[in-house]
Amino acid sequence: MILLEIKELTKTFPGVVANEKISIEVNKGEIVALLGENGAGKSTLVKSVFGLVKPDSGTIKIKGDVIEYGDTAAAIAHGVGMVHQHFQLVQVMTVTENIILGDEPRKGAFVSMKSARQEVIDLSNKYGLEVDPDAIVEDLPVGLQQRIEILKALRKDIDLLILDEPTAVLTPQEIDELLSVIKNLAASGVGVLFITHKLREVMAIADRVVVLRNGKLVGTTTPKETDEEGLAQMMVGRNVVLRVEKKPALVKETVLEIKNLSVKDDRNLMAVNDFSIEVHAGEILGIAGVEGNGQRELVEAVCGMRNRVTGSVKILGAESPNLNPHDVRLMGLSNIPEDREKDGLVSTYSIAENMVLNRYDQPPFANRGIRNFSERDKYAEALVKEFDVRTPSFHNLASSLSGGNKQKVVVARELSQDSKVIVASQPTRGVDIGSIEFIHNQLVSARDNGAGVLLVSAELDEILSLSDRIAVMYEGKVVAILNGEGADRQHIGRLMAGLKE
Amino acid sequence: MRKIRNYTIAAVLLAVWIFGYVLDSGITNSVLSSGLRFGMPLALAAMVGIMCERSGVINIGIEGTMLLSGFFGFYAGVYTKNVLIGFAAAIIAGITASFLHAMMTIVWKMDQIIAGTIINILASGLTSFLYVAGVTIPNNWPIFDIPVLSKLPLVGESFFSQQGPIQYLGLIFIPFIWIMMYKTRWGLRTRSIGENPGSADTAGVSVIRMRITNVVLGGAIGGLVGGFICLELVGSFSKEFTAGAGFTALALMIFGRWNPLGAFAAAIAFGLAQALSTQLQIFGVQEIPQQFINILPYVFTIAVLAFSAGKVRPPAAAGAPYEKEKA
Repeated sequence: MILLEIKELTKTFPGVVANEKISIEVNKGEIVALLGENGAGKSTLVKSVFGLVKPDSGTIKIKGDVIEYGDTAAAIAHGVGMVHQHFQLVQVMTVTENIILGDEPRKGAFVSMKSARQEVIDLSNKYGLEVDPDAIVEDLPVGLQQRIEILKALRKDIDLLILDEPTAVLTPQEIDELLSVIKNLAASGVGVLFITHKLREVMAIADRVVVLRNGKLVGTTTPKETDEEGLAQMMVGRNVVLRVEKKPALVKETVLEIKNLSVKDDRNLMAVNDFSIEVHAGEILGIAGVEGNGQRELVEAVCGMRNRVTGSVKILGAESPNLNPHDVRLMGLSNIPEDREKDGLVSTYSIAENMVLNRYDQPPFANRGIRNFSERDKYAEALVKEFDVRTPSFHNLASSLSGGNKQKVVVARELSQDSKVIVASQPTRGVDIGSIEFIHNQLVSARDNGAGVLLVSAELDEILSLSDRIAVMYEGKVVAILNGEGADRQHIGRLMAGLKE
Repeated sequence: MRKIRNYTIAAVLLAVWIFGYVLDSGITNSVLSSGLRFGMPLALAAMVGIMCERSGVINIGIEGTMLLSGFFGFYAGVYTKNVLIGFAAAIIAGITASFLHAMMTIVWKMDQIIAGTIINILASGLTSFLYVAGVTIPNNWPIFDIPVLSKLPLVGESFFSQQGPIQYLGLIFIPFIWIMMYKTRWGLRTRSIGENPGSADTAGVSVIRMRITNVVLGGAIGGLVGGFICLELVGSFSKEFTAGAGFTALALMIFGRWNPLGAFAAAIAFGLAQALSTQLQIFGVQEIPQQFINILPYVFTIAVLAFSAGKVRPPAAAGAPYEKEKA
């Protein structure tokens, strides 16, 4: 039975065709993976189905009925549930309040919190997704927040579940759990439309794969007919090398020395606890760990963005100042921050301005306090070309770029000043596969040119393929340092979970 | 934690009250009674702010809304010689002004501070231009006791006797808004669109419609307060009679942490400060210059905001227009 039928759907935003005459069907009990690079139009397409975006033309039929453009209520009434890429949760409210929002059980004129709470408990038992109905959402880790999103979607006896990049922020264990939940749902007859750009997940779970590129549907296939390389090629439109090619490391002197570092997190709890590590010139040191084990606080303390409680950080042998990102940079440290929107870019500035954000006051971009715009533009033009930032002009605002291209701007700025120390935090998060390949190669070539790279990533695959040495971080401490060559995925996974051998 | 703190504050206040009552019930009653008298119009004006901001719209146009409704309410009342028509006109003026605010901020997605400023400047200019001097309306503000309730111990004499209709109305209305806000669908949805409109929208709640409704309902309350001040409390319209009351109301809203009962308590405290300054003048305290006594309530406002503003947390989405396609 056909649950969802999209026909010739077209949607344009000013200057971009997000979807061009796309037709897709989803059947009962089927898992369809919607695969594509960032900016390929996947999110726009499913938002049209759910009524969050109004398409320009085309028809959307759910269970045979045509759905009006932009009618979220009708989509819900037809049994569509959606789990959004950016969680749509009210942070200050309880789990129960979030789940019942929009269709609250009533007793007389009032919302019946008692039956709402019971409903949440029943729901979580039914699907085996455990939650505390009374917890405040903002106190919960992302994995649990997403579980609430899924429960929200499942609450209304849905026939079609749309998941928009649900695994982007999850740990490997959480991803496995989620995939098995999705499989169970499909087995019970729910149709699933699953957006992702992670090939491993597609291969593991999809019955059918639909690939979008630049707003167009470029092909449909099944995991049986193809492999990861083949999917990547369809997605990007050219050959992609998934494995990073790198020469053996030529390790030299210590460039970054972290000694007995302790750092507190925002809740004033000790997040990094007596942490010591050395990064040498010519190597990539990867920090593996489940998110929330102090990686963020570690990076911020090293880069001068967070107060150190105790311990020292030496850059090229010199003691680095506490709490001063600018001086830390001048000492020769480059930082690709975890959150490019917040710490990496000024999105209301042009691409050119963002390219010189770390050096706008230094020659040749400024002379005795007077800025030199033609130097800036020349530099930006060269970097845009070299780092393949896809934009009509470097005068455009950074906010006009897709996620992957934004990240390329940050990487271009940070890697082009030949720093001896590079701190890269989640350098490819939310970035499409073509850009991942490019950023990985840039990091490797920085290392080959004699920089020491401290790589922090929640993607174990990324750590494994790039690192010369791997430090596993658990509860703010280094629990093991392993050789990158021949490191065992399972073994690291156990260390990340805090298990002793 | 939050709950424990709230309960502690409430318990301390109650203890002080009972202590004062036991010590000297006469003074305690009269102090509270005048606090209520002065504070209630501000408390109601703060409700306007709460209804708007809880749904995600910052409304600094309360000042102008009250000014406009006071103006139209008063002259409508004078020329038709009917106070009720005056009140109706005041409420309609309040609804119109806030509807304009809603259109600007919610539909046209203008900056909310600028929209509020437009309302304020418009109100100030229009009422000053059309102002007719020397018109008054007989001040027939009825003061009465509530039969049974006024005989209650503790609360009877302070809250339920010798007050006007607006005070009694407020005593019903403010708890009513609190119940609506925390116990009903409307309240849950209003609070959610003020925190994260996307979550409500994806749950099938129309953010635009809910916000407009809230702003317009708030405008009706603001209209009532404006009309009340001109038609009943003062009995005349004077230029810029609001004198910053709309902004004081916003300060009380913040002090009360966007909670109707909290804002009410804050307004009573502010009313007490005002009552105190009036009392000091009546008793003719010579040692302190008059001007210093007059600024007492405002010093109070500045002090409480300065000491509490750092810790408060406004609705997360207040101030941002909702753009559906970016959801």
